[in-house]
Amino acid sequence: MLPEALFFSAVLFVIGVFGVLIRRNAIIVFMCVELMLNAVNLTFIAFAQVYGVAGQVFVFFVMTVAAAEAAVGLAIIIALFRHRQTVNLQNINLLKG
Amino acid sequence: MLPLLQAAAAGTHPLQGTAASWLWAVPLLPFLGFLINGAFSIVSAYHAGPADPTLAHGDGHGDRHGTHDEEHGAHGDDHHQVKRHPFAMLTSIVGPGVLLLSFILTAAIFFAMHGAGEIATPFIQRYFSWMPVGDLKLDAAFQLDQLSMMMMLVITGVGTLIHFFSVGYMQDDPGYPRYFAYLNLFVFFMLLLVLGANFPVMFIGWEGVGTCSYLLIGFWFSDKANADAGKKAFIVNRIGDFGFLIAMFLLFANLGTLDFDAVRAASTSLQFGGALVTAICLFLFLGCAGKSAQIPLYVWLPDAMAGPTPVSALIHAATMVTAGVYLIARTGFLFSIAPVAQIVVVMIGALTAIFAASIGLKQWDIKKVLAYSTVSQLGYMFVGVGSGAYVAGVFHLVTHAFFKALLFLGSGSVIFAMHEAYHHTGSHEDAQDMRNMGGLRAYMPWTWALMWIATLAISGVPPFAGFFSKDEILGGVFARAQHSTIADAHLFGISGSAWLYFAYLLGIVAAFMTATYMTRMMIYTFHGPNRTGDKEREHLHDAPWIMTGPLLVLGILTLAGGWINIPEFARFLGPVGALERWLDPVVGASTQRVIAGAAETSPGLEYGLVGLAVLIAIGGIAYAATRLDPKSLVPKREAVPEEGFEKVLLDKYYVDEIYDAAVVTPVVGTSRGLLWRGVDAGLIDGLAVNGSALFARFVGWIGSQLQSGQLGTYAWVLVIGVLCVLGAVTIR
Amino acid sequence: MSAFLTSIGYQHWVLPALLVIPLAGALVIWVHGAVTRPRCAPGGDEVATGVAAAPRGWALATFAIEFVVSLGLWWSFDPGNTGWQSVVDWSWIPMWGIRFTLGIDGIAVMMVLLTTLIMLLAVGGSWTSIRARTHSYYALLLVLTAGMLGVFLALDLFLFYVMWEVMLVPMYFIIGIWGGERRIYASLKFFLYTMVGSMLMLAAIVYLGLAARDPATGLPNFNYDWILQHALVGSTTAKWLFGAFFLAFAVKVPMFPFHTWLPDAHVEAPTAGSVVLASIMLKLGTFGFIRLAVPLFPAAAMSPTIRSIILLLAVIGIVYGALVSLVQPDFKKLVAYSSVSHLGFVMLGIFALTVQSVQGALMVMINHGISTGALFFLIGMIYERRHTRLIDDYGGIARVVPMFAAMLTIVTFSSIGVPGTNGFVGEFLVLIGSFRTEPVFALVATTVVIISAAYLLWAIQRILFNSLDKPENEHVPDLNKRELAVLIPLVACIVWLGVYPAPVLRRMEGAATKFVSQVDARRDAMVTADAQSAPEVQP
Repeated sequence: MLPEALFFSAVLFVIGVFGVLIRRNAIIVFMCVELMLNAVNLTFIAFAQVYGVAGQVFVFFVMTVAAAEAAVGLAIIIALFRHRQTVNLQNINLLKG
Repeated sequence: MLPLLQAAAAGTHPLQGTAASWLWAVPLLPFLGFLINGAFSIVSAYHAGPADPTLAHGDGHGDRHGTHDEEHGAHGDDHHQVKRHPFAMLTSIVGPGVLLLSFILTAAIFFAMHGAGEIATPFIQRYFSWMPVGDLKLDAAFQLDQLSMMMMLVITGVGTLIHFFSVGYMQDDPGYPRYFAYLNLFVFFMLLLVLGANFPVMFIGWEGVGTCSYLLIGFWFSDKANADAGKKAFIVNRIGDFGFLIAMFLLFANLGTLDFDAVRAASTSLQFGGALVTAICLFLFLGCAGKSAQIPLYVWLPDAMAGPTPVSALIHAATMVTAGVYLIARTGFLFSIAPVAQIVVVMIGALTAIFAASIGLKQWDIKKVLAYSTVSQLGYMFVGVGSGAYVAGVFHLVTHAFFKALLFLGSGSVIFAMHEAYHHTGSHEDAQDMRNMGGLRAYMPWTWALMWIATLAISGVPPFAGFFSKDEILGGVFARAQHSTIADAHLFGISGSAWLYFAYLLGIVAAFMTATYMTRMMIYTFHGPNRTGDKEREHLHDAPWIMTGPLLVLGILTLAGGWINIPEFARFLGPVGALERWLDPVVGASTQRVIAGAAETSPGLEYGLVGLAVLIAIGGIAYAATRLDPKSLVPKREAVPEEGFEKVLLDKYYVDEIYDAAVVTPVVGTSRGLLWRGVDAGLIDGLAVNGSALFARFVGWIGSQLQSGQLGTYAWVLVIGVLCVLGAVTIR
Repeated sequence: MSAFLTSIGYQHWVLPALLVIPLAGALVIWVHGAVTRPRCAPGGDEVATGVAAAPRGWALATFAIEFVVSLGLWWSFDPGNTGWQSVVDWSWIPMWGIRFTLGIDGIAVMMVLLTTLIMLLAVGGSWTSIRARTHSYYALLLVLTAGMLGVFLALDLFLFYVMWEVMLVPMYFIIGIWGGERRIYASLKFFLYTMVGSMLMLAAIVYLGLAARDPATGLPNFNYDWILQHALVGSTTAKWLFGAFFLAFAVKVPMFPFHTWLPDAHVEAPTAGSVVLASIMLKLGTFGFIRLAVPLFPAAAMSPTIRSIILLLAVIGIVYGALVSLVQPDFKKLVAYSSVSHLGFVMLGIFALTVQSVQGALMVMINHGISTGALFFLIGMIYERRHTRLIDDYGGIARVVPMFAAMLTIVTFSSIGVPGTNGFVGEFLVLIGSFRTEPVFALVATTVVIISAAYLLWAIQRILFNSLDKPENEHVPDLNKRELAVLIPLVACIVWLGVYPAPVLRRMEGAATKFVSQVDARRDAMVTADAQSAPEVQP
């Protein structure tokens, strides 16, 4: 059971990583980040089956943080969109040296 | 008197307790005059500004305006009403007064000295410790011996006469007290120069006279040419002073002392003709060449004629410029053991004599003729002292002081008259150009007669003073060429004897030229038709007696000056060789060392030489008198420019231009282009200082380029980083 | 006089008092400013509105007291005693072995007197030229004084360093706030230049303090005399440490090629800033060489290579400074470059290491303080009237301002080194002393007597003489009484030190002789102790 769960979460995580790396749309990048988080959650759950309940506690933490992150992140993206009329990440390069 | 005065060291010197113990007062009196006249000058000129200059900017125009006009240079632009300086009367008393007192005191000391009989050692007064540092013990000390006595008499004597002359010459100048302040200060420094008991005290005077000369040449400073001339004189003199300084350093480093007496004692330990003593003497001579206007540093003296004419007479003829001759006579104990240096001195002197004389042949400015004549005569003096004929050199120094002062003051009278005449008619002609003169004999008979006396003296016509002294120099060189330590030495592989014969030849030719250009000057100035202008002519007249009086005294001295050192062949005139005996304690030993016990020249040869000299002088005068026709001259403004070699002579062989191109322009150019703009602003500031700042910014910029601002890029970098770390952990 | 001074216990309190008086004055002015400033309009001309009256009055009073107090040193100092005098030794930071130690020798006495005199006159020179933020200005001036005096007096190396930095900050603000157009650039340059050197010096001082640990307590010890005897370092380390000190002091002197901050700082600084910079702060660099760098590491400083390099740099500085002065269009910059030249003489004198040359170097330090200070005052005075420093904007003004002309001429002669003025005494002694050990360098340096005459006379000709052809120069007011009061003491010093320098020389002689003999002896001792170093070539 464990190997399948881990394999599944690894696939999910890689999809998330590639989404972050490849996509330009800030919303999708953001969703991919969530995907990665959830992939990690899945791993925690799977390990919790073997090593005890601590993994499930971690999942709750991660979900809380993810919710907060989603709220802040989406707010930033909306503010960005108001300002620039776009959420394309290529156009948002204020950090350029 | 002064608390600092402790004339202790002299001990049981025969001059102790005589008038000589007042020695310190001789220079102090002119210094007092400087302080008083300086106060007159600055107090009358000074108007305190407002307490806060920026608040009252440009206030008080009305009441200040008057003083500006007064301060215009008198000879520059003076068509306004002449107004005497408010302190003129007091200055006229103080200025020459202190000099007269100083002269009287000097005379008293002279008689005390004369009465004290044979004095073998100098009388030294130590006042206070000046620079006591380690083994360098420099005292502010004066030294009185026969040589400095001689110089003091000339300085205060001729100085007094010139001060009186100045009262007339400068009377209407707005800077009247300033002029006398400078002149008094000059005399103070000149006396310091001759009285200093060690090299550095002498050097105070040496540079001090240069400073006063600077101030006096640029006295009418509103004219750029005058200010330039003053500056040039100072800087060229400084080149010489560099030599003087190095000579002092060498002396101190090797002998450990700078007192004349101690150096004289220690000089016996120096190797005869050694490199050290030769170097010392050559560096000293560099100093002399600067101060006494010898090749290659003579260029400042002709320009120095920009100063008031009495200044030219006092500083640039009679006293300051002879300081170099004095220095060599003073340090004869060094020069007499450095024959190579002596050859150099003689040759430079002889070359200067003929070079300057040739330029004098074609000058039109009356003062320029006299200036080049001074340079040339100084060359003679160096031939004298350089060849070890110290007495002859000093003798010529004294007689030259008389006749050249007379010539300068005479020319001053002429210029004064010319200037007055032009001033009356408001004309702007050149008051110093001989082409504007001519026939002045009729208007200024006194000046004419006195200046002829001086001309005959400088040309070497017996029995005037210059004849005796110049003849003694030439005779001395000839005798030393036959046999002396110099004749045995070699320079550039040529024997000293040959060099000295050559110098003698140059001296003879220069003597001919001297007679020629002086006669030319007299003919153009005083003879022939007058070219001043019809309106101006009636204003020409002899100067007032305050000016002609000193001329008369100098005329008598010029006539009789030769008596102080009558040569053997003229023993019917009086006691033979008085000056020689007088100076014997100072320079006798050095002279003996140079002539190395050789016998005198045979009487027959001596008569021959004297006869030749007289012939040359008369020939020169006759040549000028027959060849020159004053009637063909036209006033300056109508004159055609010279051509060919005449123009080269008139333009002084273009030496100034060559110096400018070879020294001044490259130095200034290098300093500006290479050193300032290149090294300072470019290399150090640009490359090193601002460069290091730029480098720091550049490194920062490179780092900043990693920040693309693209989230994707950052994410890629992050992922790769994570993979690397994970890979490193797992693969290990 | 000295009996009176002993009766009031002068020796015991004078040195701390010299530091406390200006700091107290600064505090008073600062508090006064903080209390009254809200009531006056910001910015604006405080001289005209009268706001400046209080701070400058206070500053003048404080500096006058300071000067009078310091003047006692002239009599209380015993020239025959070559040890430290009027010593004060208090505990400061015991856990690091740092103490508050003050003391003077003959060199420090003269420097302290020069400082207090110049600072007193500097208030006179700022009287009307500083018109904004006067409270801060005079307070900073007082703090600056405390810092500079602290450097001269400190006998604890850590205290020395602290004082060294204390004086840096006020100067930075004085240039940066009251300076000319490019003041920010100049003040930053000044600050960074000095900082680079002093950081290294701090490291070297800490190293020395640790190297000279007190064997009893194991604590570091920064006492000067203690370090001199107990900080035994190898010859290579000594070279590095000397290098650190050298950089700190060479920048301050400034030696060629570390001098380019000086012209900028001088040109941009206000008059008093330039005066203090030239008269005193530059001397701190040479003072550092005499007090620390050379005595602490005699073998390194006087090793043939290092010594030749320093002498070469000194002589290059002498000639180079003079040549660059020749072509400066800005009079202040001209004087700044001439300072490079003059300070080169000081370095030449110190490193030629004869009694005459060291005494001469000390005299040049004093003389340069007086003459160049006076020159900067004069430039400031004419700048206040005409608001230009360019030489070509003047010409012929001797007729309009005769007193100014007379003063400028005298000061110029002093700077040229005409005998009879102070300038000659210093230069002559340096050269005659250096010639004994370093004839070639001395010979080259002597050529500057020609160039210095050229650049200064050329400059004053274009300012004072020639024809008065610019109409705006025709109505310049002459010096007023206040300005004369500033200049006359300096001119008096010029003549006094030129004619009768013996009292000053006598007071410095002990310290100078000690310096030379100590360095000579310890150099040889270290050379023999250290087999690695090359055999010394005795000139």
